[in-house]
Amino acid sequence: MNWFNRNSKYPVFYRTYLNSFKHKKKDLETVRFVAFDTETTGLNINEDKILSIGTVGIINFKIHISDTFECYLIQDTFNTETVKIHGLLKTGHITKVEETKAIEDFLNYIGNAILVAHHAAFDIAMINAALKRMNLPKLKNKAIDTGHLYKKITNPKDNKHYSLDELSKIFNITMHDRHTASGDAYITALLFVKIVAKLKEKENLSLNDLFANKRIGLL
Amino acid sequence: MKNTIAERILDFLKHFPPFDTLSAEELFAISKEVVVLHFEKEQYIFQQGNTLNDCFYVVKDGAIGIYNDKTLVDQCDEGDVFGLRALIRKDNYLLNAKAIEESIVYAISSKLLEKIIINNTEASQFLIASFATNTRNPYSEEDKGTLFAYETFTHKNNSDFTEIQSASFSKNPITCKSHTKIKDAALVMSQNKVGSIVITNNKQPVGIITDKDLRYKIATGLYNIIDEVESIMSTPVITFPPNITVAEAQIAMLKHEISHLCITKDGTVNSELIGILSEHDIIVIHGNNPSVLIKEIKHATTAIRLHEIREKAHHLLSNYISQHIPISFVTNIISAINEAITKRIIHLSIAEMSETQPTTFAWLALGSQGRKEQLLLTDQDNALVYEDAEHNAEVKAYFLKLAKAINDKLNTVGFEFCPAEMMGSNPKWCLSVSEWKKQFQDWIIHPDEDKIMLCNIFFDFDNVYGNHQLVDDMSESIFDAIDHYEIFLNFMAQNALKNPPPLSFFRNFLVEDSGEHKNQFDIKARAIMPLVDAARVLILSKNIKNITNTIDRYQKLANLEPQNKHLYETCINAFKILLHSRTQQGLKNNDSGRFIDLNHLSKADRLKLKSCFKPIKNIQELLLVRFNLSQFM
Repeated sequence: MNWFNRNSKYPVFYRTYLNSFKHKKKDLETVRFVAFDTETTGLNINEDKILSIGTVGIINFKIHISDTFECYLIQDTFNTETVKIHGLLKTGHITKVEETKAIEDFLNYIGNAILVAHHAAFDIAMINAALKRMNLPKLKNKAIDTGHLYKKITNPKDNKHYSLDELSKIFNITMHDRHTASGDAYITALLFVKIVAKLKEKENLSLNDLFANKRIGLL
Repeated sequence: MKNTIAERILDFLKHFPPFDTLSAEELFAISKEVVVLHFEKEQYIFQQGNTLNDCFYVVKDGAIGIYNDKTLVDQCDEGDVFGLRALIRKDNYLLNAKAIEESIVYAISSKLLEKIIINNTEASQFLIASFATNTRNPYSEEDKGTLFAYETFTHKNNSDFTEIQSASFSKNPITCKSHTKIKDAALVMSQNKVGSIVITNNKQPVGIITDKDLRYKIATGLYNIIDEVESIMSTPVITFPPNITVAEAQIAMLKHEISHLCITKDGTVNSELIGILSEHDIIVIHGNNPSVLIKEIKHATTAIRLHEIREKAHHLLSNYISQHIPISFVTNIISAINEAITKRIIHLSIAEMSETQPTTFAWLALGSQGRKEQLLLTDQDNALVYEDAEHNAEVKAYFLKLAKAINDKLNTVGFEFCPAEMMGSNPKWCLSVSEWKKQFQDWIIHPDEDKIMLCNIFFDFDNVYGNHQLVDDMSESIFDAIDHYEIFLNFMAQNALKNPPPLSFFRNFLVEDSGEHKNQFDIKARAIMPLVDAARVLILSKNIKNITNTIDRYQKLANLEPQNKHLYETCINAFKILLHSRTQQGLKNNDSGRFIDLNHLSKADRLKLKSCFKPIKNIQELLLVRFNLSQFM
């Protein structure tokens, strides 16, 4: 009851989001992963804004195209430099929504899924910054970084920073729609599935083995 | 809402059947629901006896092998559909599907499948056809119906094309008895306003009289009008069953140089006459047709005019191919036209000669024209044989001059000069019978690679014109020589294996890696010639004379060796498909069609081509065993 009261200050959607964590699935085959990516006006977490979010759902290492989320945000911040990368103009033909609406929809969509992103820390920080502007706490979801995950099959002590392009090449993934949130989310999903397949070859894999500091590669 | 990922899936699927027949909306609806699967090498997608997954599969990247137990029955690569059979049958899986290499596969739910089938006829026809041929060699005899089911499905309009319609014939033929007086028969013909009368015995046709007979045999005074019809009738008559097609009728008329066919109940002379089909009936069916062209050829007086007619024939060919007329009909018709042109040219050339012809001769068409498999205009390959005579030098000079005139005119028509000079005007290929016999003997007794190549070209000769006896003598000498030097066949068989089929290249065809045709597939050298060469050596080993056509050769082999019937029939089907593909390519690019740019082939055409390689491999294995070639290599 106490718990419920504590959360009552939050809007309904956020309470629903929180509630979804009450029943967790812990096994590798049934848990829902959501690969996601954001396109932003720049790399500064405090000043830059999210321009678009793209996602795709993965259950039992199958990528479900029916389980996607793609949205474009109305932002005042505009950076001519990054337009060259993501191609999103301030005004364009794509239907855009307010940031608050985008975040609400995104949380509704992800629920308690485990997030998968390439260099996940940045994308999660960008979402958290937006949540903060809405006076809401940070994301509760567990997250997997495909950059880290890759090192589990090579060398955990490798400090090299592998870009999505580099890993796509290593894993023979055709790159379409690179630098669109959805395109990168889909590439990340494929990368995730392929890396996990390699990990599975080595031993019995459990969900916990996928998260950061577990060194299953060398066990 | 924008859906970039689904759009990308759509961009992939839209290139492949059956998806290429769907509307953008239908395809987007499917793309949105795709499940993307990843398989490591050796991982199973499904296994025999597994219960049904509620979906079918499309290979996005990689390659999936379909196995019956351990035997590979099909290989699926980019854009290939699999897993349909079980889904349509709503049955357990009967086969294994295993990743041959790391693969990405799209799974599409059965719900969407049903939606496609119900909404789109073309797509469903493709799926049904590929379902029916999925696990079997689609070109084998027992599956014939199912393979060509696809053809008929997608080209159902071709029944409108007159060539393969049943020809409509006159159902009440005018007849008389063999002892009828010629005058009475002519009266009956006049009363009925018909140009022919069939002489019957017990309702079975025994002979025929046409207007032409009255003109040549009666009006000239050769016979008396009170003689019996028996004395002037043509007999036996050419008979066909009632379901004869227009094309068959035309071919028969061209072949036998006749204008009337008798239609009998079972197609033989020993059954009841039920109708008569005249050339006129056919001309009524359609105006621009091969028999009209043949007539024009016969009346042409210059090579330029023959060139114009050959152009028309080319146009006809292009119509036939686009209408999916069976390739064997098409080859028969085009060969008949080519032959008529050559004959006409020989006639014209003889008439031009100032000297009198010293002795008899025969004109031979070699290579593809000799096999009657020449559809597109290619180089001429021909030779001349003349009767042995006393003053050989003079005789030879005459025939060289004649051959030169013939070669020049053929060139004008569009059959370009052979770059290797394999032509009658070359003193090496304009020989007397005994010189030819010596030549063949030398080739057979001392075979080297060049001589084998010459044998491959010369042994497929067709006597287009002239003294048949000379040609029979030549054939005879070939078989005699082979009888004495049987090892020759082993050399020939070994030569037939020099181009193995690109079977291992199931994902990428074996393409030329250098030169002008880099990255193109040489359909002649790598697919057609291996089948042609194998048929030739096999038929020679059986001592069969006078069959030069590859399809006819395999047909004959199938009759002679029932145990290999299946193999030979798959070769026939593969050969037809290859010939058709080559012709299609040649028409499209206005060239010989020999080199195919695979990037411009549709997926369905690529699949068809690919499936032709298996029979090639099998027939080459048969040669290897039969001619003990493993010791040769």
